[in-house]
Amino acid sequence: MNGILLAVGIVAGIGLLIGLILSFASIIMAVPKDEKAEAILEALPGANCGACGYSGCSGYANALAKGEAEPGLCAPGGLACTKAVSEILGVDTGAVEPKVAVVKCMGSLEHTDYKAEYSGIKSCAAALKIGGGLTACSYGCMGLGDCEAACPYDAIHVTNGVAYVDDSKCRACTLCVKACPRGIIEIVPKKDMALVRCSNHDKGGVTRKLCDIGCIGCKKCEKACEQGAVTVKDFCAYVQPELCTDCGACVEACPQNIITYFKA
Amino acid sequence: MLIKSLVAVFLAAILTENYVLSKFLGICPFLGVSKKLNTAVGMSVAVTFVMVLATAVTFPIYMYLLVPMGLDYLQTVLFILIIAGLVQLVEIVLRKYIPALYNSLGIYLPLITTNCAVLGVTMLVLQKVDSTTAYTYTYGHALVNAFGAGIGFLVAMVMFAGVRGRLENADIPKSLKGLPITLVAAALVSLSFLGFAGFVDKLIPLG
Repeated sequence: MNGILLAVGIVAGIGLLIGLILSFASIIMAVPKDEKAEAILEALPGANCGACGYSGCSGYANALAKGEAEPGLCAPGGLACTKAVSEILGVDTGAVEPKVAVVKCMGSLEHTDYKAEYSGIKSCAAALKIGGGLTACSYGCMGLGDCEAACPYDAIHVTNGVAYVDDSKCRACTLCVKACPRGIIEIVPKKDMALVRCSNHDKGGVTRKLCDIGCIGCKKCEKACEQGAVTVKDFCAYVQPELCTDCGACVEACPQNIITYFKA
Repeated sequence: MLIKSLVAVFLAAILTENYVLSKFLGICPFLGVSKKLNTAVGMSVAVTFVMVLATAVTFPIYMYLLVPMGLDYLQTVLFILIIAGLVQLVEIVLRKYIPALYNSLGIYLPLITTNCAVLGVTMLVLQKVDSTTAYTYTYGHALVNAFGAGIGFLVAMVMFAGVRGRLENADIPKSLKGLPITLVAAALVSLSFLGFAGFVDKLIPLG
């Protein structure tokens, strides 16, 4: 009987002692928790997509709390998230533009063709390894859906050989931009403007043979634009979103119909 | 003589009595955390640290509290309690004073609480204690044994991380992919450690 009491006493005693040491240690060596960072983490969407450039949402929250990062880098959270974060930090909400991804290719199967039949792995990255991709145009969308697989929001889909972004679902997280081996997906501000939907840098004559909806670098758009927003570089036009006033002059001027109106 | 026996105990703990590959303790972190080299090293360092600390506390408690009172059957219960408490304490101290190490160890530290290798090191060393013979382990031997066991864990983890790196690129039959081939590889690595059997045992008799 005595033995049992002694055993119980020792186990209980040591348990109590450890408990006391731990509770004292946690009081003495308490680490002040960064309440700001925790509040910010709450406000962030928690997608851990990495579009802000930090390692997940907690990394971004810590950087924000320390004042090392700007609010508004969170693409999935959008404007509402930026406002909430700015409120916690007590700073002005900078003008944060909502953004969206666009695929800069319209070469669907009516306009261009495959250069060979491809029956390998259904992945653009894999197809690119074999003879530089399966499309006739070496800049165009291959339509095997690497972006579709990368998108966590079901916002990008391949239809008739070309990927299209659903603006209402896209949160500009840049995952598709990283997934596209051709690099033809771009993040642009979500505003009314003109958009060049072609990435072909071949010379005009070459482009014309490959695709009847490709940029031939004729510079008609550059001349038509009064704002100086359109530039043609390496036989491919580019519209600077900041300068574009959505006047439509370049869209009218384009003989290939590859400059389109983009509606936010 | 003391130095010689300490070195022998250290080598024995790494090679002939490797806790993972010869005694098959701590298999869960061995299989779970050995996918990448840096996490394997991080886990092993944490395990080594806790092993030495746990032995430093449990050995005197056993020798000077449990044995005199005839309560040595309580060792399992008490040791689990003490190890769990120690790991918590280490976590609190690290968070306060070495936050960099705390962040890099991350989840591994609390996981060690339930690591059977730590409990094994603290308990199996007690079998070597027999004050009636000249072969007994002293407190110093127990600590060196714990440190060697931790280093042995590190060696096993790092080696196996290398093996798994090779497995990633190997053409493995579909039915063996994943855990089956990992277990086969672990068995082969363990077999290779059998070659060390009897290697340093002759040196262990203590003066």
